Amino acid sequence: MSIRVLVAKVGLDGHDRGAKVIARALRDAGMEVIYTGLQQTPDMIAEAALQEDVQIVGLSILSGAHMTLVPRVLESLKNHELDDVKVIVGGIIPADDVDKLKAIGVKGVFGPGSKTDEIITFIREQVADANA
Amino acid sequence: MLDDLRNGNRRTLARAITQVENRTPAALELLNTLYPYTGNAYLIGVTGAPGTGKSTLVNALTKHIRTQHKTVGIIAVDPTSPFSGGAVLGDRIRMQDLAGDSGIFIRSMASRGQLGGLAQTTADVVRVMDAAGFDYIIIETVGAGQNEVAIATIAYTVIVVDAPGLGDDIQAIKAGTLEIADILVVNKADRPGAENTVRALKTMLTLGHRQQYVAHHGRVMLHSAEAADIDTWEVPVLKTVALESKGMDELFTAIHKHRQHLQSTGQHEKRERQRLESELLDRLQHLLLERFLTEKVSPEQLDGLVRQIVIREIAPAQAASELIGS
Repeated sequence: MSIRVLVAKVGLDGHDRGAKVIARALRDAGMEVIYTGLQQTPDMIAEAALQEDVQIVGLSILSGAHMTLVPRVLESLKNHELDDVKVIVGGIIPADDVDKLKAIGVKGVFGPGSKTDEIITFIREQVADANA
Repeated sequence: MLDDLRNGNRRTLARAITQVENRTPAALELLNTLYPYTGNAYLIGVTGAPGTGKSTLVNALTKHIRTQHKTVGIIAVDPTSPFSGGAVLGDRIRMQDLAGDSGIFIRSMASRGQLGGLAQTTADVVRVMDAAGFDYIIIETVGAGQNEVAIATIAYTVIVVDAPGLGDDIQAIKAGTLEIADILVVNKADRPGAENTVRALKTMLTLGHRQQYVAHHGRVMLHSAEAADIDTWEVPVLKTVALESKGMDELFTAIHKHRQHLQSTGQHEKRERQRLESELLDRLQHLLLERFLTEKVSPEQLDGLVRQIVIREIAPAQAASELIGS
């Protein structure tokens, strides 16, 4: 059974190199990565997560708007009854915000310098937890 | 599960597809129960070389079909890495216009190293969408090899997408995906060289008459059809600019015409029969092999035979006959 991950760029942010590096790394780790491209709205992400039946949604945000956008993605996932889909966030997130994001349900936050291995292991653990 | 699926529950549909992809026992049972509700959707295959604009074309065509208030299911297949088993599925990037429309369902699929073949899994995923009640189901694959050709033959109407600058007229008469086209599309037709590509494809079509796949006792054979069997369909060559949604009206009209042609000539029934017969035989082959390997041959016996084959003591064909005889 393959792990399916949605990698999305949310909001007005054109910097997608990080997202592509992650997509490639997850592919090389044997996962199926659905890459949605730039400028996704929270509803588009939730709808894609539903159709693709992913276990993990990875959001890449470099615009600084994470405190606005991430809660909306979580809300939209909830509205689509996708509470069991786990959300991780990558990007430039100040330490204070990391705690806030985790408090509202984000499973993991990965800033600059994060190792791809670390992210892969984290995703595998999250999926294993869900299946347990 | 079947009721939820048929009532249009999208979560159920998504999960059912995952089950089918993973070949779980629940999926096999579901496929058996939903089978009577399939056969209503019209299946369109879209294939062609990478970069010809298949996903963009599917996006534009789907928008066009939606103007007629028909629903569309899309299955976009991308290759699995043979090294890691992972895949990046990026077809949705070109289909963002379709977001937020509950009359559309897009599913990205990795080709994986499917047991029983990718074509079979794709056919099963199509059946799940079919039972969920979509009017049209579009199957998009990269036209790179045998697998993709096999998938395309699931569809009733196969569109092969080409683009200017990809090859000359000799490429066009080489065997391959062009042969399976019911409709040829030259996409990106606003680019220089589009006319040359159209001309090369039209010339290719005039060089010989159409042959067809015939499934005969489980083997797919290409034979030059007998007079009564010849498909008289004339493959049209259409120009589109999918990015600007140009040419979609003509493309949809051609699909519709082909659909009518298949029905009025009895080809539809004939193709369906052939496909289902070969599916039955494929599945039988699979089951027989599985049963044979579990009941009649021990792993040690198999291993011993392989060793004998490796050291040239016994030929593979002979080993197989001996196993069957034993």
